[in-house]
Amino acid sequence: MYRTFRRGMIIIAASALLAACSSGGGGQPAAPKGDSTGVTATEILVGTHQPLTGPAAAGYSEISPATKAYFDFVNAAGGINGRKITYKVMDDGYNPANTQTVVRQLVLQDKVFAILNGLGTPTHTNVLDFLKTNKVPDLFVASGSRSWDQPQKYPHTFAYNPDYTVEGKILANHIKENFAGKKVCYMGQDDDFGRDELAGLEKVLGASGIVERQKYVTSNPDVGPQIGALKTAACEVVVLATVPGFTALSIGTAARLAFKPQWVVSNVGSDYPTLAKQLGANKGLLEGMLAVSYLPSPIDMSDPWTAMFKKIHDQYNGKAPFNGNAIYGLSVGYLFVQALVAAGKDLTREGIIAAIEKGGFKGPGIAPLRYAKDDHSGYGGQRMTKISADVQSYFGKVFETDSEGGPVIEFTGERPAPPTSSIPS
Amino acid sequence: MTLQKHLIFTALGGIFLFAVTQQLEPFRNYQLATMAAYLCATAGLTILTGLNGQISLGHGALMAVGAYTMAFAQNGIGNLYLSLLLAMLATTAVGAIIGVAAARLRGPYLAGLTLAVALAIPAFTVTFDGLFNSEQGLPVSFTPPETLPIETWQALTAGGSALLVMFLLANVVSSRFGRAMRAVRDNEVAARLAGIHVARTQVLSFVISAAPAGLGGALLAFLAQNVSPGAFSLTLSLYLLLAIVIGGLGNLAGAVWGAFLLVALPDLTNSLTEGITASPELARKLDGNLALAIFGLTLIVVMLVAPGGLQSLVQRISHRIRKGRNHV
Amino acid sequence: MDRFVFLTFDGLSNGAVYAAFALALVLIWRAARVVNFAQGAMAVAAAYAAYSVTQATGSYWIGFAAALGTGLMIGALVERAVMRFVGHANPLNEVIVALGLVLFIQAVLGMLYGNEFLPSHTPFSRNAIEVGGVPLLSRYDLFVFGAVAALVLLLALLFTKTSTGLRMRAAAFAPEVSRLLGVNVGGMLTLGWALASAVGALAAMLVIPTELGLNPHAMDLVFVTSFTAAVIGGLDSPPGAVTGGMAVGLILSYVSGYLGSSVTPIAVLALLLIVLLVRPGGLFSATVARQA
Repeated sequence: MYRTFRRGMIIIAASALLAACSSGGGGQPAAPKGDSTGVTATEILVGTHQPLTGPAAAGYSEISPATKAYFDFVNAAGGINGRKITYKVMDDGYNPANTQTVVRQLVLQDKVFAILNGLGTPTHTNVLDFLKTNKVPDLFVASGSRSWDQPQKYPHTFAYNPDYTVEGKILANHIKENFAGKKVCYMGQDDDFGRDELAGLEKVLGASGIVERQKYVTSNPDVGPQIGALKTAACEVVVLATVPGFTALSIGTAARLAFKPQWVVSNVGSDYPTLAKQLGANKGLLEGMLAVSYLPSPIDMSDPWTAMFKKIHDQYNGKAPFNGNAIYGLSVGYLFVQALVAAGKDLTREGIIAAIEKGGFKGPGIAPLRYAKDDHSGYGGQRMTKISADVQSYFGKVFETDSEGGPVIEFTGERPAPPTSSIPS
Repeated sequence: MTLQKHLIFTALGGIFLFAVTQQLEPFRNYQLATMAAYLCATAGLTILTGLNGQISLGHGALMAVGAYTMAFAQNGIGNLYLSLLLAMLATTAVGAIIGVAAARLRGPYLAGLTLAVALAIPAFTVTFDGLFNSEQGLPVSFTPPETLPIETWQALTAGGSALLVMFLLANVVSSRFGRAMRAVRDNEVAARLAGIHVARTQVLSFVISAAPAGLGGALLAFLAQNVSPGAFSLTLSLYLLLAIVIGGLGNLAGAVWGAFLLVALPDLTNSLTEGITASPELARKLDGNLALAIFGLTLIVVMLVAPGGLQSLVQRISHRIRKGRNHV
Repeated sequence: MDRFVFLTFDGLSNGAVYAAFALALVLIWRAARVVNFAQGAMAVAAAYAAYSVTQATGSYWIGFAAALGTGLMIGALVERAVMRFVGHANPLNEVIVALGLVLFIQAVLGMLYGNEFLPSHTPFSRNAIEVGGVPLLSRYDLFVFGAVAALVLLLALLFTKTSTGLRMRAAAFAPEVSRLLGVNVGGMLTLGWALASAVGALAAMLVIPTELGLNPHAMDLVFVTSFTAAVIGGLDSPPGAVTGGMAVGLILSYVSGYLGSSVTPIAVLALLLIVLLVRPGGLFSATVARQA
């Protein structure tokens, strides 16, 4: 038997050697002023993890192609400080286990400059520590978990979306003012996404203001029991903290049970074209659905930012639908370029983080971006939207609030017009 | 005498491991560590399926048991080696329970039951989300040493554990109990006539194979710095089985091949699909799937053509070379 | 009470699908003494074929027919090209080859269509018809019951009233004698696989629109559940498969409705464990030992 054991050792040795041979040259020579991994004179390599497949792919898989389209547009115009942006998109299938593998590959093997817009609360939460250990800028995470805003603990991580507690408070504020006395219920994802959203609702409505709480996991498409429980509790207003596939599934399942409450949906699960595609012939169920948003509306061509993005989208990502996901991806690309410009010619990891912490970014969003030295949260406000007659549009005021006990107040700040070159300078 | 030989080779393997980890890039060290973690599980499964003839589609779930125990122990007590040990013990206990049920079942029934185990374990993490935190999973905290790059340290820890597992299992295989296991696999009636307690042998085989699987799962959690049910899907259980079949059933060296394939093949096909720049859409569809298709096809072909797996091919070739040399 | 009624009908509707899928497993088991672990993947492949055809023609029903046709072909192909050549010395071999097929088929589907969930729509509304204010069952549920009932009837007729059915049974139970009597045993085996695969395809067509969408793994849990149903009924018994399927559907519907849907895989495991350990031959089987 020892012979096979010895063979085993030989194989281990051989494969380790193989790995050693294929590993190529040594590490990056450190630039004098800071860490410029992933940056050359002509290129900036950034990576991301996105759910191109799996249960959250509906809608979200359209984000990274839109971001890429904006980078292609910028690259065609000569790039930033002579550097073109290469955006490496890795599919994690919305599975946290895959995320940690693909992010390691991006950081250790591909040696990206930064992780940009990594998508998902459960997925990204599991790579925070790894990115911190390796001091990789972790920019504009595509999720509203409050975990991204911990400058002391995770100095390299910055949020993008309004956090889910802010969102929950703004939604609850609308419910309080317009649906007083109705039975309000909640159904959300069984992770920090759902928990943060629920916390926001409870901050405004009080814990007793929520009659029934249900949760789901993305690996189980059977939401019948949860919706049944909401129906049994005679809910009149149901707040959904769901990804698009599960928004559609919840609303569709409710119709099966002849249950038709007022739906109030988190921004991340509310894009109308995405939901309508999922529901097919049943898309009429979406009529009257309320949600929030903070980016230009994809159907409002009178918004100069929408018009600007539409032009870029048609040229570089023409086959994809121009919807909320496209706007989101393009806006993220725009913000990243803003940050690159602010970081200046000698691009380093330290430099871009300092530039973002300086703040002052204004852009497509209708609410304020809050980046500062002690604040790594993203957008700080939202505005209600409603679907009526096949169209999802804004109504009412823009609100802002914090994720603690502060009040929900109107935001009156101005939005600048987009630059004529469509590239920030 | 075999014990001495095993000891010598383990020591040599340890020295070699140390030398290699100093040379490798971080990402390769990480891959080496992942391979070592898989090796624990494939070696365990080889004992069960290859030597004892019991099938298990649930070893991915056993790895999950080890991984979650690791997370609890690491976040609670924080002593790495103690955590690894606890993970092994917990998995051993679960393995014993499944083993008792399994000893009464054969062929497709055992396969079906272990398949149900593979699907049920992730469901536990969702049902008891207060404890396991559902699909988001748990962080696994540890303090890396100051003197080493973290990946080198991970590769050393995982590689060392795998060496230990191989050493212990190699001794089991060449022991009296190893012979009993094979006797039960080959002919239950004959084994019974020879005075072997069949059911006890089967339960024990399950236990012996569960422990290293738990250790492998704990190591995976240690490498990823977190544990979530998505890492222990049914696909992982199928991967493990196919790894040992392609590597060569009933042979610990086959388990090494299997673990190597699990890490190397997806990586190879990924680089392959990256070469296809013509259509990012196509590249995305091929990504991951191509590796699976190759795995699946190889599995079928190996079963139909070379039931001995890769290891038997290697043996055949080396045999031929040696024979050729003798003739000269 | 409303909820109990709804869960009952929902459970029966799911149970009908499990029954059909369990029947497919039983068909192959009786014909070849193989539990076809690849049946879920084969059925999903047929459902993808239906998806393509429906996309091209715009007709759900042409797609439906295409699924059944593809099912037949895949079954025959798998038997002729793969399963026929597997050594029978160890029952492990067949299981492992079938698992290889699972990986291969799912990966090929992923390469052709991508791993994302494709929206799949029903030919009838899934919104419940209300009777006296109580939502009972939908038109789609009625369609599922109708389709499975027709299937059971057709299979019963085939095996009891036609000479082909008789030949198939003979070839399965006494291959040597049948061969002497001029029955094409190999051909009957292929026919059995084709038939079972088509039945599986039907089940997939019925169940996938009730899930999140069509994807290569759409039938994984359905397979395990139906396997449980078949074991409960006894792998040898078609009436057992149908009863087992309905029973499992009901139990899981109550478990999921009252305890939460994430508990169902645990309930499946518990059910399987109890049946295998307490009554290993299945409720409808005469065999005592399970040492196949």
